[in-house]
Amino acid sequence: MPSLEHIANLVHDWLNAQFSPGLALFFEFFIIGVLIIGLFSILGLVLIMMERKVSAWMQLRLGPNRVGPKGMFQTVADTVKLIVKEGMTPDGVDKLLFNLAPFIVMIVAMVIMAPLMFAKNFQIWDINIGVFFITAISSLSVIGILMAGWASNNKYSLLGAMRSGAQIVSYELSAGFALLTIVILTGDLKISAIVNAQSDGWWIFKGHLPVWIAFVIFMIAVTAETNRAPFDMAEAESELTAGFHTEYSGMKFALFFLAEYVNIFVVCALGATLFLGGWQPLHFGTGTGFNRVMDYIPSSIWFAGKTFFLIFVIMWFRWTFPRLRIDQLLNLEWKYLLPISMFNLLLATLITIMGWHF
Amino acid sequence: MYRETAIVNESEVTGDLVINMGPQHPATHGVLHLVVHINGETIRKVEPHLGYIHRSIEKMSESLSYRQFIYVTSRMDYLSSHINNHACAMCVEKGLQVEVPPRAQYIRVIMDELTRIASHTLWWGAMAMDVGALTPFFLAFREREMINDIMEETCGARLTMNYMVPGGVMYDLHPLFQQRVKEFIKHFRSKIDEYDELVTGNIIFQNRMKGVGILTKEDAVSYGCSGPTARGSGVSCDIRKLYPYEVYDKVQFDEPLETAGDSFARYLVRLQELRQSMSILEQLIDDIPEGDIQAKTKAVLKLPKGEFYTRAETARGELGVYIVSEGGTTPYRIKYRSPGFSNLSALDHMARGGKIGDLVAMMGTLDLVIPDIDR
Amino acid sequence: MAFLKKYFSNIFQAIRSLTTGMRITAGYALRHGKEKITQQYPDNKKTLVLPERFRGEVVLTHDENNEHACTGCTACELACPNGTIKIITKFDVSPEGKKKKALDTFIYHLELCTMCNLCIEACPTNAIRMAQTFEHSVFDRNKLTKKLNNPGSKIREGVE
Repeated sequence: MPSLEHIANLVHDWLNAQFSPGLALFFEFFIIGVLIIGLFSILGLVLIMMERKVSAWMQLRLGPNRVGPKGMFQTVADTVKLIVKEGMTPDGVDKLLFNLAPFIVMIVAMVIMAPLMFAKNFQIWDINIGVFFITAISSLSVIGILMAGWASNNKYSLLGAMRSGAQIVSYELSAGFALLTIVILTGDLKISAIVNAQSDGWWIFKGHLPVWIAFVIFMIAVTAETNRAPFDMAEAESELTAGFHTEYSGMKFALFFLAEYVNIFVVCALGATLFLGGWQPLHFGTGTGFNRVMDYIPSSIWFAGKTFFLIFVIMWFRWTFPRLRIDQLLNLEWKYLLPISMFNLLLATLITIMGWHF
Repeated sequence: MYRETAIVNESEVTGDLVINMGPQHPATHGVLHLVVHINGETIRKVEPHLGYIHRSIEKMSESLSYRQFIYVTSRMDYLSSHINNHACAMCVEKGLQVEVPPRAQYIRVIMDELTRIASHTLWWGAMAMDVGALTPFFLAFREREMINDIMEETCGARLTMNYMVPGGVMYDLHPLFQQRVKEFIKHFRSKIDEYDELVTGNIIFQNRMKGVGILTKEDAVSYGCSGPTARGSGVSCDIRKLYPYEVYDKVQFDEPLETAGDSFARYLVRLQELRQSMSILEQLIDDIPEGDIQAKTKAVLKLPKGEFYTRAETARGELGVYIVSEGGTTPYRIKYRSPGFSNLSALDHMARGGKIGDLVAMMGTLDLVIPDIDR
Repeated sequence: MAFLKKYFSNIFQAIRSLTTGMRITAGYALRHGKEKITQQYPDNKKTLVLPERFRGEVVLTHDENNEHACTGCTACELACPNGTIKIITKFDVSPEGKKKKALDTFIYHLELCTMCNLCIEACPTNAIRMAQTFEHSVFDRNKLTKKLNNPGSKIREGVE
């Protein structure tokens, strides 16, 4: 059966047979760049569509159903509209920062894709500090948001950006601690090693209590990190109109919008990799018929399925909960999530040392 | 130091950031303009600026006859338009010394309570949307839509019905009216618990609401607050209880009172009012007496010379209608005491020291309808 | 210890209240399509039934003989708070040579109308009624000024 790994190897071999290794590597870079941009646009379309459908279902509506069959091309139409819209730069903004900010947010979202393992042995860069790389890069996106807020020369944008700064910097901590729990259990920062360690069972099953707690904390923290409701302080529609992207329009706004959804994808993919076994299929016991059926499902489907489940959970949060206030948001982090995740880390260490996990 | 220029920009002295919330802002529910002085996230001062939707309804009413001016009042507090019309009709009847037939009285009260439920459900959805939960808005509209359909069937319109006329109501109830109302009450009783589960019990919502926007009993009285806003502070001010009009003295209902005075208290009062309104409807809907729906009035109404004042409890508080008549066919002067204006005046007092998010939540619990404030 | 107990019971209660809300929205998401509050408006135009009393616009009813019941008494014009209705009368000369006031043109300004129903109430002969139409938007404002009596129509026999 042609897997993604198989195709990647074929392309690699063909390129190396045709060109010198240096040129082949260059072509591979190019192909990866094109693929990532392609994945970006598809993710944007699919996730925005999904969000609109999920919200419609929860709100007793039908959601987009006019453009294309069952409204599937609604987001395509929206994208076309945003592309042809004038990319306005208002007077009085800091032109360089204003125009740079969406690209920074976007590039950060793109770079985090590198160590993600999309299927079995299908990864752009199996860097040995994978988890650390992701946490390090993802904290850069706050720079883009602060830039946008400051450069817009708008009070609402500034407030939104400042809120977002405080929020992302604090929630990085507990997200990091939640990730560390898994790193301790695995003993490796490498994404492929973490996935392989789960071949006999996902961490959420094997690691019991500390992993459950870490998983809940991770989901809360990444919801906050991606500026999603109920933690959408940076946008806070009813308070700050649109927060840091109040002044943006057209494609520049679309880049922020896209980056938000790609960030959700990335953090959910990370959650799926660390807690739900990445591309590993669901197994019960050893060598049963059930396991063989599960093995038959391609690894890329497993990975996508888990990721989209987590994305659904984050959307579910958004369409259920009211927004927190900024001081309550920080209270939640510093008084609840951080102490708990620190104790949880100790617990995980204890469990790892004593070998109490399965 | 003496400064020649009297106008000193206050924010330059205090160093506060001044932001204009509105007239176009998602949280102001219309064209309310709040000038908010903030220091960081903390609110120093809130100045409401009015007048963006001033249509001079009072002045307009002076040029309209006593039959005609009632419809204009639907446009003040458009969410409780029935009750506005009711108050005006009562004022004219007071001047004419007309006794409204019992059937019309029952119909009026039932319509008032339906309007109150519709208004409060919309408020509930909008309130939840203000604090960031978007789904309750659609759930609230599901219930409100049923009431609107009932209204449409009987009154011919969904929002600004103009169903009350001096001396009674415009036409008789639709044959299916009673059945529809009973169906609605049955439906709403099964859904109102969902409101509690989805929003009231939610820990984030409670944290957003409890202890913010505190209005003490004394302040509520001194700012002239009325309706659920004052009842959340423990002021008993329900006109339906204190000065019963129509058949309100024949029905049993409680006046929900909370003493905390914070946003959550106001929220709870409104939710309890929903249940009380349903109980009023249940008591009245089965024994609407047969009879006329309108008292006999002359084609051209002339109020005797004098001053007439009536009040009614709208979904937002006490609505007063004050007519000065010179004996002609049109009022000499009309003054509406609208509840929203007085309630809004307490906003600055409540908001000081809170956060921007609190301000939005407070505006939600005050249940502001901007055309009601501006008129 | 009491602090810790409160701390953890807070967390527990918070999680319980959040899951209660999530259960409701998930319930709606799973039952999607069964219950919906929106209407697919232009599609359901054929099946859309408006109540009989719905106030869409004022029309002057004509019967099959192109006769209406308007005597031109201007009661509706006087009852209208907005000056929506303007009635132009003429004098019909009957075969006996008697002059009689009759309707010439019933002008109705839809753009001024607030659908308050006062004209319908005022009409002594039930000549006008509210129609159930509601799509009134046009590109030219002049199109909203309507002449309600059909060309060549006359007053029904016996209506005074």
